[in-house]
Amino acid sequence: MNAHVAPLSAALFETGPAVVVSNLVRRYGSRVVIEKLNLRIERGEFVALLGESGCGKTTLLRALAGLDPIQGGRIVAPRRPAVVFQEHRLLPWDSLWRNVSLGLQVPDARERAAEALTEVGLGDRLDDWPRNLSGGQAQRVALARALVQQPELLLLDEPFAALDALTRIRMHELVRELVANHQPGVLLVTHDVDEAIALADRILVMRNGAIAFEHRAARNGSTPISRSELLGELGVDSHSTH
Amino acid sequence: MSNLELSGIDRAAIGANSAPSAQSGNSALAPTAANRKLGARGLQLLSWLAPMVLVIIWEWLAQAGWLSPQVLPAPSKVIRTAFKLATTGTLLNDLVVSLLRAAAGFAIGTAVGGGLGILVGFSRIAEGLIDRSVQMIRAVPFLAVLPLVIVWLGVGETQKIFLVALGVTFPIYINTVLGIRQVDPKLLELGRVQGLSSLQQIRRIILPGALPSILTGVRYALATAWLALVVAETIGAQSGIGFLAMDAREFLRTDVIVLTIVIYALIGVTADGIARFLERRLLAWHPNYGAAR
Repeated sequence: MNAHVAPLSAALFETGPAVVVSNLVRRYGSRVVIEKLNLRIERGEFVALLGESGCGKTTLLRALAGLDPIQGGRIVAPRRPAVVFQEHRLLPWDSLWRNVSLGLQVPDARERAAEALTEVGLGDRLDDWPRNLSGGQAQRVALARALVQQPELLLLDEPFAALDALTRIRMHELVRELVANHQPGVLLVTHDVDEAIALADRILVMRNGAIAFEHRAARNGSTPISRSELLGELGVDSHSTH
Repeated sequence: MSNLELSGIDRAAIGANSAPSAQSGNSALAPTAANRKLGARGLQLLSWLAPMVLVIIWEWLAQAGWLSPQVLPAPSKVIRTAFKLATTGTLLNDLVVSLLRAAAGFAIGTAVGGGLGILVGFSRIAEGLIDRSVQMIRAVPFLAVLPLVIVWLGVGETQKIFLVALGVTFPIYINTVLGIRQVDPKLLELGRVQGLSSLQQIRRIILPGALPSILTGVRYALATAWLALVVAETIGAQSGIGFLAMDAREFLRTDVIVLTIVIYALIGVTADGIARFLERRLLAWHPNYGAAR
């Protein structure tokens, strides 16, 4: 993209995975939600995690984010991951640049925030309030807030689920571009099969707290996974849905 | 004129019969229709019409001799008295004394209520220690303790400031606790994800999030502060607006009494205006308060 992106993508030249999860166990009381789960995400790799509601995919993301305690296993990540939630979670009392720089411990926070906002196409709205944004714009600010931290692991918890179809497609393009520029490892939790196919290098399907299916996206012209195959993995008979 | 009286009667009748359905049906239609005809400005002017007419009627009744000056002096007489007391009397001095009492009591009450509110808002242990006691004391109408306060502190300045502070403490306390507790847990979670320290969480998320509620508390507190002051000054004061009123009562100077009532009202309106101004400034981000951008 632009010249100012260069220092941000320095992580590209470091080696090692963005996160390694081994034998992860997550329980609520006596109910086991995640049982001995293993997962490795490389830097620059885009992983989509599909699954029915309640299969444990959001639980996995929250464990990776360090938001919930785990009852067994290990999560090894070089740095704190950045998270974009389904809701934008912007602080309504802070201007956009203050929102983006939240938690950023550098003297030139405003400049960094300005760069990140420019990247998501809102570089002219630094001092605006969140309430003046549309849903898609707010989610773009949330993306900027995550990327300004220069994360090596970016966790996306159904960030486009609440957006309308057109906005969602634009967001897909933006995310693809941002990930290509910054090269974090990405874990996208979604239940949108098309979204997973459109964005991911690797698609995982989670069932009953474990990864039940894995697919590496086709590169160099080989046939991509079909929508109906994935839907079948999710327990949906695709012929009845169209 | 007859039109106006008619609408007044109408309203009273509706109120007495308590027929809200009919009234709400009317008022739901009326504003939009009126808006189209008059515009916002016109409606604003219209809202001032009724009070102006009432004052004119009052003046006219007094001038015509229908109202005894012993009962209610003419508005013009009250204004003349105000000028006289301001230039030759102690009106300004009394006003300053009253304002200082209110300010001192308000500051103390805000500090105590806000301090306790922050403690209880953040700490469950502090809540266990403090909250029940505060809630129990709050159940007492604060004016009911007045005789006790007089026994403790006499009728000097301390008693008046104490009473104001007591009235201010509770609304500030309750709304501070409420505000802190109501902060969206999703935003606190975001703070953790962004790596904020506890202190940064408080400064960047909890206090700004609690501010609308705290300012609501400030507005309530201003109202109670005022009430407390009136009561405190009515009993054994040697200066202040309340003293002016009680002194005037001895001499049946209804013009002075009405003047003090008007002054109390004006100060109340001013205080409310200051609170609104603070809300507009501090809550500019808030869709319900801030000026549109």
